Amino acid sequence: MIRHLLSGADLDAETATQILDTAAEMAAVAGREVKKLPALRGRTVVNLFYEDSTRTRISFEAAAKRLSADVINFSAKGSSVAKGESLKDTALTLQAMGADAVVVRHPASGAPHRLADWVDGSVVNAGDGTHEHPTQALLDAYTMRSRLGRLAGLSVAVVGDVLHSRVARSNVLLLSTLGAKVTLVGPPTLIPVDIAAALAPGTDVCYDLDAMLPSSDVVMMLRVQRERMNDSYFPSAREYARRYGLDGPRMGRLPEHAIVMHPGPMNRGMEITPEVADSPRSTIVEQVANGVSVRMAVLYLLLGGNNR
Amino acid sequence: MAYPPAAHSSPPRQPSVKVILTSADLHRVVDRIAHQILEKTQGAADTVLLGIPTRGAPLASRLAARISSFEGISVPVGVLDITLYRDDLRRHATRAVGPTQLPAGGIDGKRVILVDDVLFSGRTVRAALDALGDLGRPATVQLAVLVDRGHRQLPIRADYVGKNIPTALAENVKVTLAETDGADEVRLHGEEAR
Repeated sequence: MIRHLLSGADLDAETATQILDTAAEMAAVAGREVKKLPALRGRTVVNLFYEDSTRTRISFEAAAKRLSADVINFSAKGSSVAKGESLKDTALTLQAMGADAVVVRHPASGAPHRLADWVDGSVVNAGDGTHEHPTQALLDAYTMRSRLGRLAGLSVAVVGDVLHSRVARSNVLLLSTLGAKVTLVGPPTLIPVDIAAALAPGTDVCYDLDAMLPSSDVVMMLRVQRERMNDSYFPSAREYARRYGLDGPRMGRLPEHAIVMHPGPMNRGMEITPEVADSPRSTIVEQVANGVSVRMAVLYLLLGGNNR
Repeated sequence: MAYPPAAHSSPPRQPSVKVILTSADLHRVVDRIAHQILEKTQGAADTVLLGIPTRGAPLASRLAARISSFEGISVPVGVLDITLYRDDLRRHATRAVGPTQLPAGGIDGKRVILVDDVLFSGRTVRAALDALGDLGRPATVQLAVLVDRGHRQLPIRADYVGKNIPTALAENVKVTLAETDGADEVRLHGEEAR
């Protein structure tokens, strides 16, 4: 088993499948009388969040607690980081406190990789800059597999701001490893040239969402980050919504079995209309529930045994 | 390419294998446990058989099938994976987690009979009891094993024992079943001087 989970590329098909299979067993715990397993008793998991996050932090916290680990939440706001402490000094502090795993979110791409050199415990990347978010890709893969029964051969359209999306990068890496065919869809200004080939051979780029719809098994909508709207990547929010927003008529052109995904938080009316977000084809709420199971699987597989 | 002759003078130790139960013996033993369960539980009402993977699971199914063929009673069968409750998780590389399947009626208020192939240290059963406590509240819990090989490290005993096999600690009892290994047999592997 791997020691850290920093990138979707850290996982080969066998390890990724093991995580998804373990997550399926972890999911059963949610329906039990006692929603707790003793597997990580006495282990300490630190949530180190330098960026605001609701669902990812809560999801990791719930996952660690269901495995009986002790959880320490550390957010940069109101901590010594606000006084100017460096990432390395914070890491050494956590190390001294005996953290067995550090779940880190950081605005700088690559920060979790640096952290992995400084601490003895396992490091889990919970989103770094515009780089990667591997547990999101795992929960997306888990959701696809549980809804559609397989991953190999699926045609997945990832739609929107690929340029700034760590979710897109991790998904391309992981889904290609697991045999799905990913197409990146969005305005040319938001899809870096050569990104498809650089991430995983076999990945395609398409600038026309309507052309992709009839052949997609999965449409994954990415959030349009409001802070980017003034950066002139596209003329106006309305024009973006017209060309790349998923609305009812567009959803109607998807194959019967196709599902609609979104990593959240959504901009209703921008990349996705409420009609689509609340339809039975949307897996958005399922993705949140699956996130806890997948993160339990990751924490168990990283910390459960003696993998040193 | 031949290895150079061994330098030591004592005779080389050779693993010995002894068949304890043949396929026919094993079937008779399962039949007897099924009868004992019916006798001791007075008809196996409100009873659930939970097999502990790997080989306890098919054994539990076999017991249920035999009970059904003897008295026409259908006893619910389930599988109880105890991986996440083991006390030696940290001593090994991470273990794969298997499925736990409880019968539709659940285990609350039932007589749960845990089924395993070999009873040795008792630690697996301890883990199973912990797992049961998180899954519900059975009225009583009993234990059925195909082989009891002794060397208990915890205060645990079985209610139904297929065969008691006195063993040395260095020896190893190996149960194979048609469902998991292709053939039914119980063997004692040991090391003794030639």
